[in-house]
Amino acid sequence: MQTLEPYLAEHPFLKGLDPRHLNIIVGCASNVSFDAEQYILHEGEEAASFYIIHKGKVALEIFTSDRGPITIQTIGEGDVLGWSWLIPPYHWHYDARAIEPTSAIALDAKCLRAKCEEDHDLGYELLKRFAHVITQRLEATRLQLLDVYGVH
Amino acid sequence: MKSFITEPMIPKPFRIHRKLKETHDTYTIELESTNGADGFPFSAGQFNMLYVFGVGEVPISISSDPSMPKMLKHTARSVGAVTKALLKLKSGDVLGVRGPFGSRWPVEEAVGNDVVIVAGGIGLAPMRPVLYSFISHRDKYGKIILLYGARTPEDLLYKRELEQWRGRFDLEVKVIVDSATGNWRGNVGVVTTLIPRIQFDPLHTMAMICGPEVMMRYTLKELQSRGIKNENIFISMERNMKCGICLCGHCQFGPKFVCKDGPVFCYDQIKELFGKREI
Repeated sequence: MQTLEPYLAEHPFLKGLDPRHLNIIVGCASNVSFDAEQYILHEGEEAASFYIIHKGKVALEIFTSDRGPITIQTIGEGDVLGWSWLIPPYHWHYDARAIEPTSAIALDAKCLRAKCEEDHDLGYELLKRFAHVITQRLEATRLQLLDVYGVH
Repeated sequence: MKSFITEPMIPKPFRIHRKLKETHDTYTIELESTNGADGFPFSAGQFNMLYVFGVGEVPISISSDPSMPKMLKHTARSVGAVTKALLKLKSGDVLGVRGPFGSRWPVEEAVGNDVVIVAGGIGLAPMRPVLYSFISHRDKYGKIILLYGARTPEDLLYKRELEQWRGRFDLEVKVIVDSATGNWRGNVGVVTTLIPRIQFDPLHTMAMICGPEVMMRYTLKELQSRGIKNENIFISMERNMKCGICLCGHCQFGPKFVCKDGPVFCYDQIKELFGKREI
């Protein structure tokens, strides 16, 4: 039976990870798929997993009562979805909806958090990698806030 | 020498053939010469000074096909007194045209290479002649990738052409908007986030960028991080151009003049000036 290890080992987010740590992560991973329009996660729910998108496209949304769902970002193949699983109280801050049929690898958050507590080297490695993702998203958000295409 | 100094300052009359609404504040006007002249040869990337009689002149990039010089097209956004007056003109009205001025995109130099075009907002307008040129000589180039960012789906220019380009198997077109409501099924985010998602040969790729300066700054960083050399990156600068022939100094950019040395610059030649606050 083919495991998820070869795919995860080559994924940019996990590439170069110590094989011991990779094995731990593979132990918390499973394949999942979502239909178009299916919600992957909802704001306020427990952040029980995070996802590495294998194929498809996902919209991160904020629901507003007057304008309905507003898409703040889309992510796709190769991207990582979700970091609220790392930060207490481990609840999602946004909705995520598949806008195309989407396949992903889900990583069990409780399992990984427990492993990170046991093995701080693994925790540090994951935090460094998530810090990079968060920094990129923060930079992009700042640019969005600048409204560079607006009339000023 | 007389013609160089005086003739470029005399506007030629052109009649508005058609006016197309692109977005709520942006129109494309199609112009034809009033004297039925042979045409108006220009290169992709150049601009004209459009003169609304009694109001003033404004520099606008040429956004039509260089191989069809009889019909000039300009896409302008209504933001100042002249562009507001320009976009109030109707079919049949006459305006003055001086040009074409400025440098061109490196269309010939890109032969044999992959090409990455990154456009933001109305920055797609000066890129459209480049795309026409690439498409008409498609076999001369490697991959051709267009990354286009806009504020919202409603602010996208040339929607019908974008659809046509996206439908081609020999072009890769990715569109992204800063924000959107639920019925938009495309990408949301900033245009720079599309760069990690494309594949090209960095050693044999030419990049061309046009958009707001801050967007170009971050785009440059992403393209450099993907291995494209500075000498293969070209950007279109915007400054307050008045005379168009390097006489008045309004568009001075350090030791260069955007109206004549630009608007298209090789990044390697202006890297010391680009993003400098004092310039």
